[in-house]
Amino acid sequence: MMAPAQLPLLVQLLRAPACVSGWSLKQWDLMLRQAVSANLTASVWSQLDGAGLLDVVPAAARRHLDWAHCLALRHGRAVRWEVRQIAEALAPLGLPLLLLKGAAYVMAGLEAGQGRLFSDIDILVPKERINEVESRLLLKGWMSGHHDPYDQRYYREWMHELPPMEHVKRETMIDVHHAILPPTARAHPDSRLLRAAAVAAAGQDCALVLQTLAPVDMVLHSATHLFFDGEFDHGLRDIVDLDRLLRRFGADESFWLALTPRALELGLQRPLFYALRYASWLLDSPVPAAVMAAAAQAGSPNPGLLALMDGLFGRALLPGHPSCGDGASAFARFSLYVRGNWLRMPPLMLARHLFHKAFISPKVAVGKV
Amino acid sequence: MLTVGALSRGELDARLAGRGLYLQTGPFINAIRSTISHVSDGIALLYADYPLAASTEFADFHLHFPRSPLPRRLWRAQVRFDHDGVKPFAPLPEDQAWPMFEWVLNWCVSSRAHSYLMIHAAVVEKNGFAAILPAPPGSGKSTLCAALVHRGWRLLSDELTLVRLSDGLLQPLPRPVSLKNASIDVIRNYVDGAVFSRPIHETLKGTVAHLKAPADSVARAHETARPAWIVFPQYEAGAATSLTPLAPARAFMELAGNAFNYSLLGADGFEALAGLIGSSASYQFRYSSLDEAIATFNRLAPPAP
Repeated sequence: MMAPAQLPLLVQLLRAPACVSGWSLKQWDLMLRQAVSANLTASVWSQLDGAGLLDVVPAAARRHLDWAHCLALRHGRAVRWEVRQIAEALAPLGLPLLLLKGAAYVMAGLEAGQGRLFSDIDILVPKERINEVESRLLLKGWMSGHHDPYDQRYYREWMHELPPMEHVKRETMIDVHHAILPPTARAHPDSRLLRAAAVAAAGQDCALVLQTLAPVDMVLHSATHLFFDGEFDHGLRDIVDLDRLLRRFGADESFWLALTPRALELGLQRPLFYALRYASWLLDSPVPAAVMAAAAQAGSPNPGLLALMDGLFGRALLPGHPSCGDGASAFARFSLYVRGNWLRMPPLMLARHLFHKAFISPKVAVGKV
Repeated sequence: MLTVGALSRGELDARLAGRGLYLQTGPFINAIRSTISHVSDGIALLYADYPLAASTEFADFHLHFPRSPLPRRLWRAQVRFDHDGVKPFAPLPEDQAWPMFEWVLNWCVSSRAHSYLMIHAAVVEKNGFAAILPAPPGSGKSTLCAALVHRGWRLLSDELTLVRLSDGLLQPLPRPVSLKNASIDVIRNYVDGAVFSRPIHETLKGTVAHLKAPADSVARAHETARPAWIVFPQYEAGAATSLTPLAPARAFMELAGNAFNYSLLGADGFEALAGLIGSSASYQFRYSSLDEAIATFNRLAPPAP
């Protein structure tokens, strides 16, 4: 894996913002291009704001950061509004609204939510209540876009979530999960344990009963999402999430003590190991040596596989901009795509699924200008 | 200041094929790369008066219009748009490369530049005061704009009215005027020596051609203007010219509906729009004769100081 000084400018900035002080305009130009391709421009704004460095940014580049910040502010307002709509729609069910990922970071006021742009709101509900949740959402204007019977069956039998639902008027998306991994995946983290440990979100809107996963579970979910998934378009953004969560929660020593035991309890020791390894490599996340050692003992693959994964993740986690890759980047992303599906489904089921998607499912028209 | 016109055609093509042509449009620098001849032809024809950026260290938008890869290039070649690895639009037939270039330049601004309230409207200026012409397609906004800027008004923009959030002044972004279908011949006949890009048929918007922006408007792209009038035009064959005052509240809602980032800007957007409405007189304008329309615009009374 690359030495820190060879990392892309965007990664150098995210890891140690002070490095920007001596940057030329040309370096700012390149960093902004990398940030756009990683969808992290607004995160750069908040990173520099947090470090008190916005004023050293040359005006030509600063304007781009401010534009992105504008977008992020609007996104935050829209997320809070949407969460309120969902909470009101589901209120009669008497369930706590347990938010996952981006929406959870925003509503809990975490650094990971600052400048993070995302398109779906994810919630976790008990499996036995998921039909009621779906009915309430349908009643309040959310519709499922997947009408193809195969897609419906794919989600309902094999996946850990309902087909994504879109609000007919606001065009906002919600993903309703009953677990954080598909039942077909190799690991089966028990959703009851996650829900039982959930904590109240210290959200700004006290009228709503909002929950997020407990800190250790939030980190484990973020790690699972990144390292079980095949899509690395948001790889860097997701590892930035992990870094920010680790820095925030890591101030409390009991967080570090609980992390590996909880991963073992949920069967998520492998993604935890990868998360700690690559977050500290790429973003210098402050993982205590003892925690790293415990996570490695619990979840590290054998040295050969680890060397391979270093080669793959070391490429796929970098921004997708052409300046950040080498000849093997595309191959790394493709291999991880195959791996992601492999981990989520047994081989025969995967073969059947890919065959169906390739030859039987009706083709969706591509977007036009 | 070096302009595109100062480059030989060979130099222009070499920059487009190499590290990029750093073209200044209004307050933005566009780094453009393409080996498609429609793109270099269009730039040579319509952008000759535009300044080249003083340095190639930084660009606001990095735009690449690659040709189709080889097998495809031989049969129904396409133009693609690659924004630093992001491809927001589907490819188009290569023949439509020029309209795509103009649409993409608009898209770059309208999807990013949130230090302005951006309204889908033409905007022209005379004696320091600007008239904003918002309207849906088909209302004759661009035709009227093209006629005005060849009869003494300065072109700020044909598509994008940029209201600076910091002071409410209008930031010019003069670019070629996009004309469609019958309007192309109307302006060809109305403006002596009008320079047009080759009309492209069967685009999503019908037949499209771009009219070169007046050199004086391009040279004055840094001079902001004060908003004075908001005129909603409606072309109607055979209609008598009529200018009817419009209630400010109505004008506000109409303009908000035509803005790209009104709701995105939240309270700042509301204040910018309220300021714009407060400092302008709003009208509904029906016309069929361009001469009469221009006479009406020339009679618009400047707002009270």
